[in-house]
Amino acid sequence: MLALLALALAACSRPGPEAPAAAAGTEPVVGRHGGRLVVALRSQPASLNPVAAVDNTSFTVLRRVHADLVHINRQTQRTEPALAESWSISEDGRRITVRLRRGLRFSDGEPFDADDVLFSYRVYLDESVGFPGRDLLVVGGEPLGLRKVDAHTVVFEMGQPYAVGERLFDSVAILPEHLLRGPYEEGRLPEVWGNAAEPSEIAGLGPFQLKEYVPAQRLVLERNPHYWKVDADGQRLPYLDEIAFLFVPSQDAQAIRFQSGETDVIDGLSAENYAVLERQAHSGRYRLFDLGPGLTYNFLFFNLNDLEGRRLESIERKQAWFSDLEFRRAVSEAVDREALASLAFKGRAEPLATHVSSGNKLWRNDAIAPPARSSDSARRRLAAAGFSWNAEGELLDADGRPVSFTIVTNSSNAQRVRMGTVIQEDLAGLGIDVGVVPIEFRAMLERVFRSFDYEACILGLSSGDVDPNSDMNVWLSGGSSHLWRIGGGPADAAEEEIDRLLREQLVELDPAVRKAKYNRVQEIIADTVPAIFLVSHDILVGAKVGLGNFRPAVLDHSTLWNADELFWEAPEPGAEGRATAAPR
Amino acid sequence: MPSTRASGPSSRRRKRRRFDAAALLIAAHVLVLLAGPLAPYHPAAQHREAPWAPPTRIHFFDAGGGFHPRPFVYARTAVPGAADEYVEDRGRAFPIRFFVRGEPYALGPWTFERRLFGVEAPARIFLLGTDGLGRDQLARLLHGGRVSLFAGLLAAAVALSLGTLLGSLSGFYGGRVDALLMRMTELVMVLPWLYLLLAVRAFLPLELPPLRAFVLVVTVIGLIGWAPPARLFRGVALSAREREYVQAARGFGAGDRYLLVRHILPQVRTLALTQAAILAPRYILAEVTLSFLGLGIGEPVPSWGNLLAELQHYSVLASYWWMAAPAVALVGVFLLYQRVASGLAPDATIELH
Repeated sequence: MLALLALALAACSRPGPEAPAAAAGTEPVVGRHGGRLVVALRSQPASLNPVAAVDNTSFTVLRRVHADLVHINRQTQRTEPALAESWSISEDGRRITVRLRRGLRFSDGEPFDADDVLFSYRVYLDESVGFPGRDLLVVGGEPLGLRKVDAHTVVFEMGQPYAVGERLFDSVAILPEHLLRGPYEEGRLPEVWGNAAEPSEIAGLGPFQLKEYVPAQRLVLERNPHYWKVDADGQRLPYLDEIAFLFVPSQDAQAIRFQSGETDVIDGLSAENYAVLERQAHSGRYRLFDLGPGLTYNFLFFNLNDLEGRRLESIERKQAWFSDLEFRRAVSEAVDREALASLAFKGRAEPLATHVSSGNKLWRNDAIAPPARSSDSARRRLAAAGFSWNAEGELLDADGRPVSFTIVTNSSNAQRVRMGTVIQEDLAGLGIDVGVVPIEFRAMLERVFRSFDYEACILGLSSGDVDPNSDMNVWLSGGSSHLWRIGGGPADAAEEEIDRLLREQLVELDPAVRKAKYNRVQEIIADTVPAIFLVSHDILVGAKVGLGNFRPAVLDHSTLWNADELFWEAPEPGAEGRATAAPR
Repeated sequence: MPSTRASGPSSRRRKRRRFDAAALLIAAHVLVLLAGPLAPYHPAAQHREAPWAPPTRIHFFDAGGGFHPRPFVYARTAVPGAADEYVEDRGRAFPIRFFVRGEPYALGPWTFERRLFGVEAPARIFLLGTDGLGRDQLARLLHGGRVSLFAGLLAAAVALSLGTLLGSLSGFYGGRVDALLMRMTELVMVLPWLYLLLAVRAFLPLELPPLRAFVLVVTVIGLIGWAPPARLFRGVALSAREREYVQAARGFGAGDRYLLVRHILPQVRTLALTQAAILAPRYILAEVTLSFLGLGIGEPVPSWGNLLAELQHYSVLASYWWMAAPAVALVGVFLLYQRVASGLAPDATIELH
């Protein structure tokens, strides 16, 4: 599900905020060819097929192998030309004309032209193919229309104005028609380019191509000799000869491998491991970067689903509290967000009022501050809403039943479990008996998405882009990730207004009006507390010293987004030996 | 293991060793029972200003070099910008006081406030440091020991009672009873108990109150653990049945019940004691494993298993050595049990697993 959200890259009609400056500066410098970059992945990619991939590890590999028409620069958050040399959007916002670069070749040497673009989008829009990101290519219920003008010009047409503009094209891989037309016509496109694919069967327009894939061990990419990008001196990119991905399932093991110098780049570091690495950083072998709050928000939500006919009576009874606005406000006020940031993330996190963190400078409504912690105010709210306390200090509802509930979260995430324990103690102060139950990740998703057999849950979601559109599936009342109430229409007037505002901003072409609408959405969320937003943690990454052009960004993929520009400043000592030895 | 009865000075030494070890074990159990008064803080109290604080230093000499007969501590404050570094504020000494008033705790049916020792706020005394939420590790170790040690002991009691009863019956009666019971032990023994527990846990409500979780853990371990001792006792009962004095008693018209209580059970008594010394640590480990996997006692109630679970994280292992205290305690208790068991061993034939 997180992967799906990460997929939800979308619109922003103005340039985004500047990303936090990394030590290496903001402009790429001219590098030198050669060398190999070793990176750990949490799992092996589920698929090497852009049509079928849904998981983040697959994206990490695929986005190095394939290219899109227009690309969002992860650091500036602006769009920049990729396979498209230029584009223009019509006055009414319904038509985008894209002019392609000439003379490009796929990694297998075959030429690229407008037919490949037409083929790719035809495949993505074909419902029988089941492309997971198809929804993003459907505007106002109508799939994108494509028209070929000549071998290097394509026109995209939409049924209604689309505020997303050219950001729509980001990360949508252009496929080689000469390799995939056959499988597509035979109806077996989703099955090709799986884990057993030979490197020679796969071709892309990205900076690297597949060299070797040993399932459960490693995947090696080598430079694509036909890649189109050149640096300021006219040298053909990428600089690196190879990227080797090792499959290292645990975060701790990844940190250890990075610390020992076995891998060259690490991202998604936990604050704990960052602190451990920081203590050793004086060895001068690597540098660490705290990029500030990312686009992941951790939040607590109550089960507000319609439970009719599900035999979950005890949860249904508790929903009387959960759906009480004053109850949710009281819980929100009782939570010590500063303590969450300091205890669960060693201070490398920021308290949240809504789902928009300060990592999103452009779209955040800065007028909203996180609720100040006040158990007095929380008690007043509860008393006003008909709750009372018995002699032991337990909170009772209007019917005299003691208030207690259970928070589930995934046991694999130590930070969420710790946040749960802090909240447990905070709410004990209000007389609420809270249980914290860490369970297996998939078991938790099953409860949240299907069986609805839970009372409250702590989860984190990542926005794929700064743009509001990337969160549409969370905030529309019928959205697939509207976690606290899945399926069904708006529950109240507030949700109705959010639905309306979100639909309006989608077709609004004036950035200022769009921003005003999204500001209002955040106000409603802060006021009606549909979920209790906790903290947004910093993006923490590291790289070996000597890796040039390393410019990490808060957007995915934070360290490898500019893999074509990365280079080794000096030949690595022992790099030759390591390049031939099989990674352990 | 030697199966002959030992005698002479070596036997006396062994007996003394056994006695020492048993005394220490009992002391450990008393200590954890007295967790309330012994620990200066409640095990779930979060001192949020002091996460991952190392053990508090106890001083006799102040910053100026002056000697204080009464030991004291300094208040500590976090180093700004570092989440887990602290400096002592040498401005004021806080002497350690005994029998101080603290957060109330329950001991049996009564509630008390006096704790063995403590210091005045804002200073804190964490003899074993704190965990990531600023909770006193000493309090958690002691309270956690309650859960883990007694879960092991009770589970062993359940398993042994069942094992003794069913094993003796099986060996005494033989025939169909024996065949049925022994097939049952085989069935229980081939079950992959960890997966069974996972399955059992999945059927229960998500959240169990600590007491029910404790009872559940003890029951499940006991119910799965009865089979091996039952087989052992069956053998003893089988051989006892054929002894001449038993045959003679039967010849004089003694009933089954008389024979069982008078002649068979005394035979297995010493063996049961040795088995208890062997099984208890294994069941302690079973509880620790369950809690480590999050299937035992849940937060905020500590057990040695969920305390050890913190050590799974590389950062904890690499940075906070005091978090390993439960592991040290666990190893100590195991060694004591081992000593008791090997002290008992010469009295009977036993099989060490």
